[in-house]
Amino acid sequence: MFRRTALAALAAVAALTLAGCGDDTPAASSSPSSSSSSSSTPALSGNISVFAAASLTGTFTQLGKGFEAANPGTKVTFNFAGSSALAQQINQGAPADVFASAAPKNMDQVTDKGTPTNFVKNTLEIAVPKGNPAKITGLKDFADKNKKIVLCAVQVPCGAAADKVFKATGITAQPDSLEQDVKAALTKVSLGEADAALVYKTDVLSAKDKVEGIQFPEASKAVNEYPIATLTKSKNPDLAKAFVDYVLSDKGKAVLSAAGFDAP
Amino acid sequence: MTLYADLQVSRGSFNLSLDLTVEPGEVVALLGPNGAGKTTALRAIAGLLALNGGRIALDGSVWDEPPRTFRTPDRRPIGVVFQDYLLFNHLSCLENVAFGLRARGVDKQIARSEAARWLETVGLSEYARTRPRALSGGQAQRVALARALATDPSLLLLDEPLAALDASTTLHVRAELGQHLQRFEGRTLLVTHDPLDAMVLADRIVIVEDGQIVQEGKPTEVAHRPRTDYVAQLVGLNLYQGTASGTTVTLTEGGTITLAEPTTGPVHVAFPPTAVSLYPTPPSGSPRNTWPAVVTGIEQHAHTVRVRLDASPTGPSTLLADITPAAVADLHLTPGQPLHTTLKATEVHTYPV
Amino acid sequence: MSRRGRSTSGRLPLVLLLPALLGLAFLLVPLIGLLAKAPWSTLPGRLFSADVWQALRLSLVCATSATVLCLLLGVPLAWLLARGGLPGRSLIRAFVTVPLVLPPVVGGVALLLVLGRRGLVGEHLDAWFGISLPFTTAGVIVAEAFVAMPFLVISVEGALRAADPRYEEAAATLGAGRWLTFRRVTLPSIAPGVVAGTVLCWARALGEFGATITFAGNFPGRTTTMPLAVYLALETDPDVAVVLSLVLLLVSVVVLASLRERWISGLR
Repeated sequence: MFRRTALAALAAVAALTLAGCGDDTPAASSSPSSSSSSSSTPALSGNISVFAAASLTGTFTQLGKGFEAANPGTKVTFNFAGSSALAQQINQGAPADVFASAAPKNMDQVTDKGTPTNFVKNTLEIAVPKGNPAKITGLKDFADKNKKIVLCAVQVPCGAAADKVFKATGITAQPDSLEQDVKAALTKVSLGEADAALVYKTDVLSAKDKVEGIQFPEASKAVNEYPIATLTKSKNPDLAKAFVDYVLSDKGKAVLSAAGFDAP
Repeated sequence: MTLYADLQVSRGSFNLSLDLTVEPGEVVALLGPNGAGKTTALRAIAGLLALNGGRIALDGSVWDEPPRTFRTPDRRPIGVVFQDYLLFNHLSCLENVAFGLRARGVDKQIARSEAARWLETVGLSEYARTRPRALSGGQAQRVALARALATDPSLLLLDEPLAALDASTTLHVRAELGQHLQRFEGRTLLVTHDPLDAMVLADRIVIVEDGQIVQEGKPTEVAHRPRTDYVAQLVGLNLYQGTASGTTVTLTEGGTITLAEPTTGPVHVAFPPTAVSLYPTPPSGSPRNTWPAVVTGIEQHAHTVRVRLDASPTGPSTLLADITPAAVADLHLTPGQPLHTTLKATEVHTYPV
Repeated sequence: MSRRGRSTSGRLPLVLLLPALLGLAFLLVPLIGLLAKAPWSTLPGRLFSADVWQALRLSLVCATSATVLCLLLGVPLAWLLARGGLPGRSLIRAFVTVPLVLPPVVGGVALLLVLGRRGLVGEHLDAWFGISLPFTTAGVIVAEAFVAMPFLVISVEGALRAADPRYEEAAATLGAGRWLTFRRVTLPSIAPGVVAGTVLCWARALGEFGATITFAGNFPGRTTTMPLAVYLALETDPDVAVVLSLVLLLVSVVVLASLRERWISGLR
């Protein structure tokens, strides 16, 4: 039993690591013949690169497949990473066509973009290991020094959100670690190293085999909006726009809400 | 007490099978060509190599007797001088010499003063703080000897102790080594491929070929009565002891030899059999070493004939000469025949005793 | 044999010199990038913040402790590989290099699975001794040692294999047992290799990020080493990240250059 959990955890981390290293984005993101068509219903073709927050890894991979199936001849490549890292990559000239950020702040950092649209919001939840061995009941347990508490660092979105919640409620959290991203915090819980962590609802759902979620009313104090925008330097703006539309469509919403995202 | 070594070692197709004994105070030389198994024998006795069969014992204690007993080198009362000395370069000469004493648990101060005494004995007091790599070959050899002797071993093992030296220093270092070995009261086993080292340094020579003993005996015995062609070639040397005064050496066994270069004091005198010429009548001119002699034996070798002569009372009583088979026919050589012998003074070498 | 004597080897061949200079430039360019981007005007103020010193001190303490741990375990391991005559030695050597190949984050997870509160060994450590390594400074040291040890082991093993074993034989004939021989003869003779390995090991431990943050987490003063601080600073204020990186670089260069000089000269 232990061994299987261990392997699963390793595999999960390996997948995350690989996803994080996704800078093998194709250099040519469109074929030269695709964009100049003057037809009123342009046939979509070519490639786009979508830079998306790490928390969108599951849903966007699924959406990408759906989009490709609906538009034969198109190819969507993803680069999943922390939103701030992505924003920097884009500003440094990385070939991106669409940016989906986990925080409006990171979207604001990107200069050459279309108008962003908030497409989902994510709410914090308390994640505890399966069975809740430390008997966590609510946010007040985060002030207990005897419990192993993990939060995201305030520099990353989930940490900023948690900080907002604690400031609003007046609880002084006693964390043992301030993780570099939400997946790292989740890993600590899923391995049982931490008794509780404050992560997003979607993260709890993605690891539901090993982690249980506890909702808490104060979460409404820090709801995280996800904006998405096309980028003006895109070589295939039609396809970029079509992908954003697909995310905002009912099909897109269905996939996203199944993963725990709330409508904006 | 005697060191008994019955050495049986096999390595691949090579088999070493030697029976050796070394008495206290005795220097035994293991002489043979490269690959004869001399170093293997030394390593087995030192415990750097385990026997496959046989037995090594000293003073009633067994060092190696497969399959039951094996003492590691650090538990054998030995001192070893290796071919390239293997002095520890990160330690000073003094620390090198003190190493064995420290390893055997001697107090640091005592070990250091003892080591200093040994460095003085080998004449290297002023090099106590020097790192070995700054020493000349001869000096390094003396430090290695001091290091091996400092622990007062029951058995001293020397592996080609002069082979790493250049020709000019060999003479001097050999003479010094001889003096130290004479003073050493334990047993000494010397491994060498150089017949001269064996002749000059050893009380007894054991000649090894292909892992087997082919002859053993006192140096003069082996030199004068080689039992095989190989030994004859190897130790084909006229070797005597005597006292030099100017260019004349008076031999211990009687007779005199004239030298090209003057020297004084007790010396070894050596010259190859090819330096001796034979004449039916007294030669004209005046070669300095001319002795009437009697043929005592004739041996046919591969390309030459070795003639055994008695040149007493004016020359050595045992004299070897190598001549061509044609010369043998010309001279009608037969045992008992009187002849005249000459020796070129320039081919005579002396070594201080 | 004067070193100042004229070179006897003639001119350096261009075919070596050119790639050598390119290689050097390749290694130095990122450093130049950091220097160029550094916010020099605000640098002093950022440098003397308590957070920076706390992270730097923790980094130095952890990297040094990890290096000591690596020396204590790694040198004997290298000896075993080089002299132990073990069967399947090349396989063991391959295992030694696992932490080099493993992405550090995965290494950190592997450490959690073994030494974590619910890990194979960690479970008992926690139950019997109340020791829990994750989220502690000791955990940082363990993570750094795990990642850095191969550098030491490989350097020392190389040195051991190049060292002449006959010196060890000479020591044995002088009455030295294996431990004494190792201490007084083998170790001094491979000292340059050990120094090189230690330097590599320390440098790797100092820069360690992935395994550390995964196994030990991130908490200022306890587990936030410089690389972790740099990473988190990058999320919000890249200027601070540049400053922190420069501090880390400067300190490591100064330490390595001075120690190396002293060690090597001590051996001559």
